[in-house]
Amino acid sequence: MYRRLSFGRRAFLTGNYIFLVGLSVLCLLPLIHVLAISFSSSSAAAAGLVKLWPVDFTLSSYRYILKKPEFFASFGVTLERVALGLSVNIALSILCAYPLSKEIKDFKYRTVYAWYFIFTILFGGGLIPWYMTINKTGLIDSIWALVIPGAVPVFNVILLLNFFRGLPKEIEESAFIDGAGHWRVLWTMYVPLSMPSLATISLFTVVGHWNAWFDGLILMNFPENYPLSTYLQLMVINSNPMKLDMANMKDFAEISDRTTRASQIFLGALPILLVYPFLQKYFVKGIVLGSVKG
Amino acid sequence: MNLRKRLRELPLHVMLLPGVVILFVYSYIPMVGITIAFQKFDPIKGLFGSEWTGTDNFRYVIQMPDIVQVLWNTVFIASMKIAAGLIVPIIVALLLNELKNQLVKRGVQTLIYLPHFLSWVILGGILIDILSPSQGIVAQLFKAMGLDPIFFLGSNQWFPFVIVLSDIWKEFGFGTIVFLAAITGINPSLYEAAIMDGASHWRQTWHVTLPGMMPIIVLMATLSLGNVLNAGFDQIFNLYGPVVYESGDILDTLIYRMGLIDAQFGVATAIGLLKSVVSTILISVSYYMAYRIANYRIF
Repeated sequence: MYRRLSFGRRAFLTGNYIFLVGLSVLCLLPLIHVLAISFSSSSAAAAGLVKLWPVDFTLSSYRYILKKPEFFASFGVTLERVALGLSVNIALSILCAYPLSKEIKDFKYRTVYAWYFIFTILFGGGLIPWYMTINKTGLIDSIWALVIPGAVPVFNVILLLNFFRGLPKEIEESAFIDGAGHWRVLWTMYVPLSMPSLATISLFTVVGHWNAWFDGLILMNFPENYPLSTYLQLMVINSNPMKLDMANMKDFAEISDRTTRASQIFLGALPILLVYPFLQKYFVKGIVLGSVKG
Repeated sequence: MNLRKRLRELPLHVMLLPGVVILFVYSYIPMVGITIAFQKFDPIKGLFGSEWTGTDNFRYVIQMPDIVQVLWNTVFIASMKIAAGLIVPIIVALLLNELKNQLVKRGVQTLIYLPHFLSWVILGGILIDILSPSQGIVAQLFKAMGLDPIFFLGSNQWFPFVIVLSDIWKEFGFGTIVFLAAITGINPSLYEAAIMDGASHWRQTWHVTLPGMMPIIVLMATLSLGNVLNAGFDQIFNLYGPVVYESGDILDTLIYRMGLIDAQFGVATAIGLLKSVVSTILISVSYYMAYRIANYRIF
């Protein structure tokens, strides 16, 4: 049924389009601006000539970074961390979610275990005892310090166990009658059926490990052990002369290079920008925490 | 029979074992470490050799001149984030719902989710550059309009608002996912009935869409209660400096500086414990309320 829209309605719809498209552009503009700075000459950047398009196009800042051994070392640490972290996190999520998705009649101690897991979300020792525990278990300055302490992602376990519960009970019942055990049911049925949920969890895990910088900062004593995000934190944020503005050094003549920082920022974001378009279709479907019974 | 049933459950215990052990070491042992809060902790003597001082650390915390200001900063920034973090996504979800062009709709969604996946190191670096009073693009715009540039990240008047606004900018897109899903789930026949009764678009939104979203809105509002003491360590740590401690120092940053920079382990742990206890109470209350009001259970 087609009805002519009133003038007010049309005005609203047009305004709405403009507003939302503007909003999306606003999310992208800062990135484009930094990208433009990274491809500009130092002098143009320092003079503030760069807006959204490079001025005096040059690749020198990228050449400068890619010559730095520290950059590659930290990049290697991050790759190692993401690979280890992803496998450990996903394996433990699957192993923990399966028993916790059972009902009490099939698994007597389910509630006890569930509370054991939930309590770690509710209450924590805080930063200092956490740091000391990692120190005492001898993980400082090892790659495992970035993987083991957060090896059990309780929120992901909850996501996954809710997904497991949504699977038809008949599957496992018939499998048990045919003589399959829990291990076989988990690996041959539950895991293949949970691919959408596992994809979502994997995305969160990879992004989380890629972006994590604080643990690297406090758990690593030697710069060569820093993951990329920690390295960037020090290069882009901590040693930022624009932050020194903050110490009331408004007349500070800027020697450290704005273009170098911009290209480091962009390189740090690049992998996420690359994988994001392919993975985003999953997480819109995959994020259902718990259930609301209307 | 019963024994056989227990044996059948054995693999389930085995599966949980690694997770249970790791959580024990890295979540439960630190809880034991809280005793540092009641000691004059000496790393050389260790947890069991250090001198017990009872509540001295807590007395010290209460008498700290900045503690009230830091607590206020934390609650102020966190509350503003919670409020804006609810309202903005709801409005954007309603507006997105009005878009009929699927291509534009999906494009907008893709772009507004994106910042959520970038870390505060990346975004902090971008913000510091953009807001720099000497060369930043914002200062350039101010100059072009004939205004004096404002030093946003170096002014106590502006800092909290920069924090809240940039947090909204990063997270509002991701927040809309939940509300959009709720709108999609509303029964279309309700809209048909409203149109039959002659409801305008505006009235449909008011009487059908919003009530349909209400359970989710209430749920999100309740669950965010637990974050009243979390003002966002990652973000503030990457943007603040000594000049803006007065308006931007929060409990987490204070704990970090006192504990890991000044090595005042006892005092830092005491502040951490106070924060943990209050947060735990808030989270428990909010989850219980969510269960009572929206029948929401985390699992």
